[in-house]
Formats: sequence, structure tokens, C-alpha cells
Amino acid sequence: MPASKRSAPTRLLLDLYRTMLRIRRVEERLSALFADGTIPGFIHLSIGQESVPAAITHHLTNSDTVAITHRGHGQALAKGINLDAFLAEMMGRASGICQGRGGSMHIADSSVGMLGANGIVAGGIPIAVGSALAHQLDGEGNIAVPYFGDGAIAEGVFHESLNIASLWNLPCLFVCENNGWGEFSKTDDQFAGNLKKLAATYNMDYQFIDALDVVKLSNLAGRMVKAVRKTSRPAILECKVTRHHGHYEGDPQKYRPEEELNQLGDQDPVSAAYDKLINGGVTAGELTELDQQIQAEIDASVAQAIAADHPQFEQATAGVYA
Amino acid sequence: MSNSQPDNQPEVLRFGQALNRALGDAMRADDKVFLMGEDIALAGGPFGVTRKLLDEFGENRVRDYPIAEASMVNLAVGAALGGYKPVVEIMFMDFCTLAMDALVNQAAKAHFMFGEQGPVPLVLRTPHGGGLNAGPQHSQCLEAWFAHIPGLIVVCPSNAADAYGLLRAAINDPNPVVFVENKRLYSAKSDFPADPQPIEIGKARTARAGNDLTIVTYGNTVHLAEQVAKERAEQEIDIEIIDLRSLQPWDESAVLTSLSKTHRLIVLHEATEAFGIGAEIAARMADIGFDELDAPIIRLGAPFMPVPYSVALEAEFGPNADQLNAAIDRLLL
Ligand SMILES: Cc1ncc(C[n+]2csc(CCOP(=O)(O)OP(=O)(O)O)c2C)c(N)n1
Ligand SMILES: [Mg+2]
Repeated sequence: MPASKRSAPTRLLLDLYRTMLRIRRVEERLSALFADGTIPGFIHLSIGQESVPAAITHHLTNSDTVAITHRGHGQALAKGINLDAFLAEMMGRASGICQGRGGSMHIADSSVGMLGANGIVAGGIPIAVGSALAHQLDGEGNIAVPYFGDGAIAEGVFHESLNIASLWNLPCLFVCENNGWGEFSKTDDQFAGNLKKLAATYNMDYQFIDALDVVKLSNLAGRMVKAVRKTSRPAILECKVTRHHGHYEGDPQKYRPEEELNQLGDQDPVSAAYDKLINGGVTAGELTELDQQIQAEIDASVAQAIAADHPQFEQATAGVYA
Repeated sequence: MSNSQPDNQPEVLRFGQALNRALGDAMRADDKVFLMGEDIALAGGPFGVTRKLLDEFGENRVRDYPIAEASMVNLAVGAALGGYKPVVEIMFMDFCTLAMDALVNQAAKAHFMFGEQGPVPLVLRTPHGGGLNAGPQHSQCLEAWFAHIPGLIVVCPSNAADAYGLLRAAINDPNPVVFVENKRLYSAKSDFPADPQPIEIGKARTARAGNDLTIVTYGNTVHLAEQVAKERAEQEIDIEIIDLRSLQPWDESAVLTSLSKTHRLIVLHEATEAFGIGAEIAARMADIGFDELDAPIIRLGAPFMPVPYSVALEAEFGPNADQLNAAIDRLLL
């Protein structure tokens, strides 16, 4: 089928697929670069969770803000962070988006509405609520999106954030990427309540969705983003996702049931979208070409990052205060 | 195998294993001792310090806690007031910020503020330190904050034997203790006594005897000092190293005694130099040790900036051997 004759749903799916695949390929590259020592420290990959940021940011503008997590590469890429500057940051280069000072857990690009990634679990949530307050005061219809994991729900500051967002009618869409794990602990053993009841308690809309189907997720996210924008009432969107890699790269995952690990292939939003595209008449050749384009973009970005200069210490010391 | 060691022969143990042994021995000795922390039970701890303790002591005494530091440490205060001896783990010292109220306003104050009605025997174990390119929120050394709070005790061992002895003492102590573990030390091996005992809190250790100059330090920088001292010995520079072990209270008399012998003093730590532990020691020695000083006291710590992520930046972050050598040169040449 010629690309111009494609149905709107197929075009949407292709768009979301492109975003997801790009995240997937970047994460895979980061995994390799971490394994060979090019990237230091520790990194948390979002492989298996790509559909959430792809779907959410599909409905956001650069003026909408997001607070992202330690597992935030996909959230950053979907929001539009520059790939060269992103990869250079991973490698601690001067041309990195944070001049090499932050690394994987602290990527931020204010030009595309990123409030910054956080190494503190739940740390970004109240900051996003504060950003929602700024949006409310500006009155331009922008919204804030704090991403958080299921582990963050136990932090008191999350509950405080729900309260104030509701009390003050703040335009804030709380997006939970629930992968069932907080590090090596099952969230079912760590949190006694559930988000649905919390949302009811704080008098806000709540929706749950399995993030395997990126189109369904996108449609739901679209409705919710619109409602938050229009009514300035906060809402919670809980997305069930599957973490394909360890908590951090190098995590041997001994705590994880073998059964769960064996089923990862069935819990892959990228390959699910691929199958749907093929069924919708997109050719395998076209998708291979898309993949190659993405890989070429990443190759070039990685090469420039590796070749980039290291930051100067004196410049960093001078950057502590504004 | 440690089991096959002949009796009374010292063995070599990793720092982390020594902590694990101290926790196990303390729990065996006193059934009021229990542990709480994130991923400490089933997973055995993010750095493996609590490995296998769940198997022996069960889930009542080795508790996985949700990601909720503020309540965790406040719960420890409440349990301590109830006659228990909680040992809680904060995964990275950076996250102590989330438990500040529990430590500063509750644990540190209760004994005094309530007219000595009951002690708060809790221990908070937490790893500090950089060098792993873990970035600004996973690398900090915040011990000076706690040493600044009346009512808190702060210790920071540098080797396996001290880690064991100080942790046993911390758990026995009726006061809240912040027990700081440098994360680069966890896998470091050192001699371990056959019959380890608690080590009195507040007592320093002479890590190296010398006559020309004293380096006072603690934690991982003890090893930096030892390495530099060894190199300088070849130039006939004879350095004494005092490993403080306890930061609050700290061993003023041990430092003064050493200063009275060498007349030159460097205070070295990985934590930020400004307003740090070194500032306190330098100020005290400038006062009570004034007559002994042949040169200014030099402080050497981290520069006044967050710990940066990049390899290039963190390599220069220091304190490092070059800086320490420069300080030594300044005092002796
Ligand atoms: C305040 C705080 N406590 C603990 C940690 C250590 N930690 C890092 S990630 C993590 C688990 C977070 O789980 P979740 O929010 O579900 O995110 P996921 O890793 O599953 O994406 C923990 C405990 C931290 N970074 N910050
Ligand atoms: Mg999770």
C-alpha cells in the first residue's frame, strides 16, 4: 500500500512505532556501551516500557513539562532531547546536555520542557506539581507530567503531591510506569493500597491501561491530557509495563522468577506494534528501512559523542552558582 | 574458607563481610536487635551487607522496607523508644536528606528533650563516597551535618576489623548512631581478629607511626594517606596517620598527642572541605595545640561543588595523592 493512502490509525501507529523503536535502539546501544566501559556509573534502561513516553508525549508540546525518573532515557528521547547532546552526556562529555555533570540519572533539556531526571525516587513528582502551578499562574493551558515508577508510590511526598495538586486544581497528569518491581522487591509486597483508591481519595480521575498496546494507550493519554488541560484538574494514569532488563545494567536478576523472564517476549510493545503494522499492510522492507535510518542516526551520534571533548574542571567549579 | 582457619589465627575479611558478621553476632547476642532497609532482606542488601541474615533471623527481625525513608527512620525512633534496637539502612547517604527530621529533630532530641526518660538506641547505616561516577545524588559525604547535631554519634571505619568492632559498639550504644560506610571499601580485604570485640566509640587508631607530620583522616582516605606515606618514606619523610574512626565524639587527645610529637598537621577527608570535619579539628588544634604547631594546619577535602558525573571531572575532584603530596611539601619543604 502506498504510504500516502494509509489510514489514519496506521499512520498514528507508525508514528508511535518510530518513537518507540528509536528509544529501543538507543537503549540497546547504551547497554552495549555500558558493557564495554564507554559509559561509566550505573544506568537503568527502559527496554519494554517505551510505549508510555511515546504515547504521552504524542499529546504534549514543548511548553508542557515533564519530570522524569532514573529510568528516564525513553521519557527524555520522546520529549525531544537532542540525541547528540543526550549521548554525549551519557559519556560525560563537555557537549553533553548537562555538560557531563549529571549523567544518565540527571538528564535535562529545558528547551523541550524537561524539568530534569531524578536520582531520588519520587523526587521529581512534587517538582512537576510546582511546574503545574507555574502553568496555572501563566494561564496558557500548559500541563505538567510527572513520570514515576510503582516503587515511588510508597514515598510520602507522592501522597503530599496528590493532595496539593487536587486542592489547588493544578494541571498535572501523574503517569505511573508500573513494572511491578522497585529494584529487587515486588511492589505488591511494598504498597498496601492502590492508585485507583488513592485517586478517589484525592478526588481525581484515574485510568489504568496495559501499555502493550501503544495505540490504545495513546488514545487514552490523549483524552486525559485534553481533560487536564481543559479542566485544570489533576489525574492519574497507571500503565502496566514490563521491565525487560535488570534494575540496572549488570543486575543478575536472581530475585526474578524464571517464568517472568521467559515471558518477556510476549510483553514487548515494540514487537506488538511491529506485528500490527505488518497486519495493517506496511511492508517488512519499509520497517527495516526505518530501523536502518534510526541505527544510522544513532551510529553518527555515538561517534560524535566518543570524539567529543571532556569537560574542563575549572569550568565545572565555576558552575555551582548562577 | 573462614571456617577452616585454625583458632586464634587472624583471617582476612572484606569490609562488607565484617559488617555482615557484626550484624549477625549482634542479633544473636540480643534479640532486641532488628534490621530494616530497602532490599536488605530477600535481596541481601544493595551492597550485600545483610546477605543471608533473613535466612537465619526471619522476617520479623530482617525487614524489607518500602521506598519511604522518612517513615522508616522515624519508625526506628519509635521502636527504639519501645525498647528495641533497630539498625536501619539508608541505601545511599544522599538519601538521608529524606530522613533528616527523624534523625535531627526526633532521634537526636528525645533523650534530652524529654528529660532523660529513655534512650534512643538506633543505628543508621549508610554508604557515602564517590569515585564510581554515580553523579551528584549518589556520591556525597554528608557526615559533617550529623556531627553538627548534639545527640547524634557519628562513626566511619576504614577497615574490616574496625567496621566490625564499631558496629557492635554502635548497636550496644544507648544513643542514635550514624554509621558511615565508604562504598569503595565494601570489597576491600583486611586483617580480621580471631576474637573480634566491640571498639570503644570516640577512640582513634594510629594507622601509622611517624615523627615528621601528622595526617588525621577517616574512612577511605586513610588508605590514600597510607599510600602517600609509604611513598614519602622513601624520601625519609616520616608520616604519622591517625585514623579517627569516630567523628562525633572525636579523639581530641589522640590528635593532640600526635601533633605534640610531629608539630605539623594535615586533616584529610573525602567530604567537602568547607565547613567540614576538618574545620572543626583544625580549629580545636589551633586553640589547644597552638604551642605545638610549627606550621599552619592544612585541610584537604573536596572542592566546594557537587560531585560531578563525568570520568574526567570526577578524576580531578579529589582529594588525591597529588594534592596530598603538595600539602606535605608545603609543610615540610
Ligand atoms: C529516595 C530514594 N530511595 C531509594 C533509592 C534507590 N532506588 C533507586 S531506583 C529504586 C526503585 C524504584 O522503583 P520504581 O519507582 O518502581 O522504578 P523502576 O526502577 O521500577 O523503574 C530504588 C529503591 C533512590 N534512588 N532514592
Ligand atoms: Mg517499578
